[in-house]
Amino acid sequence: MAHTFLLEIGLEEMPAHVVTPSIKQLVKKTEDYLKDQRIDFDAVKPFSTPRRLTIQIEGLAEKQPDVNETVKGPAKKIALDDEGNWSKAAIGFTKGQGLSTDDITFKEVKGTEYVFVEKHIAGKPVKEVLMGLKDVITSMTFPTLMKWNVYRLDFIRPIRWMVALLDDEVLPIQILDVTASNVSRGHRFLGQDTTINSADEYEEKLKEQFVIVDAQKRKDLIVKQIKEIQDENNWVININPGLLEEVNNLVEWPTAFFGKFDEKYLQLPSEVLITSMKDNQRFFYVNDQNGNILPFFISVRNGNSEYIENVIAGNEKVLTARLEDAMFFYQEDQSKDIDFYVNKLKKVSFHDKISTMFEKMQRVEKIAEVIGQHAKLTDQELKDVKRAAQIYKFDLVTGMVGEFSELQGVMGEKYALLKGENEAVATAIREHYMPISATGELPATKVGSVLSLADKFDSILTFFAAGMIPSGSNDPYALRRQANGIVRIVKNEELNFNLTEMMEAFINAEKDANVAPDLDQNKEISEIVSFIKDRIVKQLKTDKIRHDIIDAAGNSNNDNIEFIFNVADILNEHKEDDNFKESVEALTRVLRISEKQEFAADDLNVDESLFENDSEKNLHSNVESISDNFFSLSANDEYNKLFDLKDSINDYFDQTMVMAKDENVKNNHLRELTKLSNMINWFADLNQLIVK
Amino acid sequence: MTEKLSMQDIILKLQQYWSSQGCMLMQAYDTEKGAGTMSPYTFLRAIGPEPWNAAYVEPSRRPADGRYGENPNRLYQHHQFQVIMKPSPENIQELYLDSLKELGINPEEHDIRFVEDNWENPSMGCAGVGWEIWLDGMEVTQFTYFQIVGGQEMNPVASEITYGLERLASYVQDVNNVFELEWSDGVKYGDIFKEPEYEHSKYSFEESNQEMLLKMFDDFETEAKKQIANGLVHPAYDYVLKCSHTFNLLDARGAVSVTERAGYLSRIRRMAREIAKAFIAERKKRGFPLIKDEKLRQSLLKDDENKEEK
Repeated sequence: MAHTFLLEIGLEEMPAHVVTPSIKQLVKKTEDYLKDQRIDFDAVKPFSTPRRLTIQIEGLAEKQPDVNETVKGPAKKIALDDEGNWSKAAIGFTKGQGLSTDDITFKEVKGTEYVFVEKHIAGKPVKEVLMGLKDVITSMTFPTLMKWNVYRLDFIRPIRWMVALLDDEVLPIQILDVTASNVSRGHRFLGQDTTINSADEYEEKLKEQFVIVDAQKRKDLIVKQIKEIQDENNWVININPGLLEEVNNLVEWPTAFFGKFDEKYLQLPSEVLITSMKDNQRFFYVNDQNGNILPFFISVRNGNSEYIENVIAGNEKVLTARLEDAMFFYQEDQSKDIDFYVNKLKKVSFHDKISTMFEKMQRVEKIAEVIGQHAKLTDQELKDVKRAAQIYKFDLVTGMVGEFSELQGVMGEKYALLKGENEAVATAIREHYMPISATGELPATKVGSVLSLADKFDSILTFFAAGMIPSGSNDPYALRRQANGIVRIVKNEELNFNLTEMMEAFINAEKDANVAPDLDQNKEISEIVSFIKDRIVKQLKTDKIRHDIIDAAGNSNNDNIEFIFNVADILNEHKEDDNFKESVEALTRVLRISEKQEFAADDLNVDESLFENDSEKNLHSNVESISDNFFSLSANDEYNKLFDLKDSINDYFDQTMVMAKDENVKNNHLRELTKLSNMINWFADLNQLIVK
Repeated sequence: MTEKLSMQDIILKLQQYWSSQGCMLMQAYDTEKGAGTMSPYTFLRAIGPEPWNAAYVEPSRRPADGRYGENPNRLYQHHQFQVIMKPSPENIQELYLDSLKELGINPEEHDIRFVEDNWENPSMGCAGVGWEIWLDGMEVTQFTYFQIVGGQEMNPVASEITYGLERLASYVQDVNNVFELEWSDGVKYGDIFKEPEYEHSKYSFEESNQEMLLKMFDDFETEAKKQIANGLVHPAYDYVLKCSHTFNLLDARGAVSVTERAGYLSRIRRMAREIAKAFIAERKKRGFPLIKDEKLRQSLLKDDENKEEK
């Protein structure tokens, strides 16, 4: 007969964002454990609230299946002594297996006879296996851990009760001072302790105690309640999924309600209103049919609708106090001009080991100028990016951003416009933070893109120079995200530059303007180049390019972001071409033979008088014809020129003994091939390609 | 809510309640500090193996938060009601909720939530895990399981409950401006604190003698270190508190440059760590007298000796 097992872990309130991942983890770990224990089951059903992680296992088998196992023991000659009696080794072995020497048989393995026994292992009853879930629970991992009382277990929050029921039988799993029983707790304020008589009545029993244990049902109910309020009032409510998920994990018995605030606060920028409601209070904000924010909010109480007027009044009061603060800051901030704030940045640290924010802006102004000129910005755009760079961090010291840090950039844009800056400058101030995540939106304007790049390059250059280089999972200043931003913006804007040269140009521009930091920025440039190239590889992986093509493009000797992306595209595009494989083979043959040669770049002159056959002449003239401006060609041109060499390379190897006896002739060959190799390696590391 | 409790009624009720839960009622500690956590009755007593249950009101000075008595919610000095229980009791959340009932706040008539908020005070080498408690959307209490204090890992773990008395009272009395709160019958919060709020704000932001404060910080630090070396933990700690408050005054004055800031904080942190270590050593010398379980006491004393031999 199939069994049902219920396990509820009762906790003090977990952080909302931890609940869903944790129940998923518990389900997965339980499934793995049951499979490992060879216990059949149909499904592990999850339930979760802020105070409980619960699984219900359905269709559990009675016990593990029995198994017969053949175990190999010592060799026959060791198992029997000279008189043919069982040796200590043989007796010990059988004892160890829970058997006796009567059970021994001999079998030959590779010409030697060994002792074997057949072991019958009776399957453990399901109860015994389920008791082992204790270790499954205590092995769970969480983003923040804590200890409590005198115990040394690290867990997400203290465990206060447990229910463990196999059908109707309590399994007394014990963790620290808590032993599982059949008594669960109801809603903190509305419910009471409740006895669960059998594992399958859990959901229903908890509902009687004002707990909706099915997270999806709870969520659906919240959505339904919000929609009802929306429809009654003819409002439009954008139910943000992240907020809904969070709210759902703050309540066990949801009741949605709405409150209002004074219309005068609608003068505030909508971002301020939304942040106050959504991020600070976990409210849903309310729009009219035209998308205008209305002076109402929706919140979800953890309880029923009794005395809801108290809850509404309290929440209105809190929101009003926040908006009153925001109004104060909004007016106060506007009473000063931008210079006032820029001056204040002289006292704000970018990083203790680097400089102030003001000094960072001075550097970024120079970097932005270099990038802007390279990107062929118009004079007006250059002017805009210069002005933006001079002020772009000013909002950090306004009262509003001090209070609502998530509005950095957003308030900068608003205040810049209010203070008469032009739109391009204001937009760039907001856009310089972009992208704010791996797949986040990129700056939409050229000026914003250039400022964003300059800001990010400065952060990476200075942090690396100050020795704060990310390693492993340790990246406290999110420099990988910044590098990823650089890669994506450069690709998006199709900016074509070599990283090393560009960064050297930044540093020189800073030095010329006397704004360079007191750090040696040059020394980590090559480290930064490979740091950024890692991000390119990462980006290509998300673009679903074949991994060998990514490796080939990523391991080339050039450091031009745009170029590397193009190489990957071209290889990807041509990988099925008829001649692709043969060309790659010809080119990699060149790479292999010249790989160990160490001719300097200025020591690659080939002496034509040493040629011994036509194929050498032919390859030489072909290599010469493409080598002139090779390193500044587009990826596509380089591809065509290199891959067109296939026949002349093959002829060359057919007719030429590269490692000639004559040292001069040999070196002449190798110089030719090294010269070609340098071009190939600049384009891509073709050795990485898998061609079949 | 049936009755509107005055500030002093709230304090009395909380004292009564927590004393009946086994907490000793301590008095506010007489050195300036930014939070009840910094009182030696929490900071020092949270450290080490001895049990400790205490409750007290702590006036807490935060010079940079001063608003000349003009902002309805921000104060140079506010009052915290601090409860510290070590080891953390199994029913600490229920104890807290019952304390609200004592103040006439019946959870069924409100929305009370435990919202994740992990607490950190890097300058004192402290970190904990817990919640802020929302009463109809307003944060009225900070609830923390200390994990590390003064750089020492907690064993056993102490739970700390910090009520923001002004916040709580403005809810209980349904008042929007802190200065309108009733402190006692007929006397308003503003009658008592508006003038000092103005004067302390004026002093902290405009009039304080920076040179004197800078010198004081150095002197206090020197004295603290000297007394740490002498094994005089409590005088040393008083000077660390003075360093902390002096730094806060300098900070409010804008006298601490960006690069110096982290330096000051790490100087305080270093001393706090040393004091935490010294405190445990001193308690051990005394034989951890607050541990009433003789077997446990002996084993802890022995444990420590073994560790030292290694």
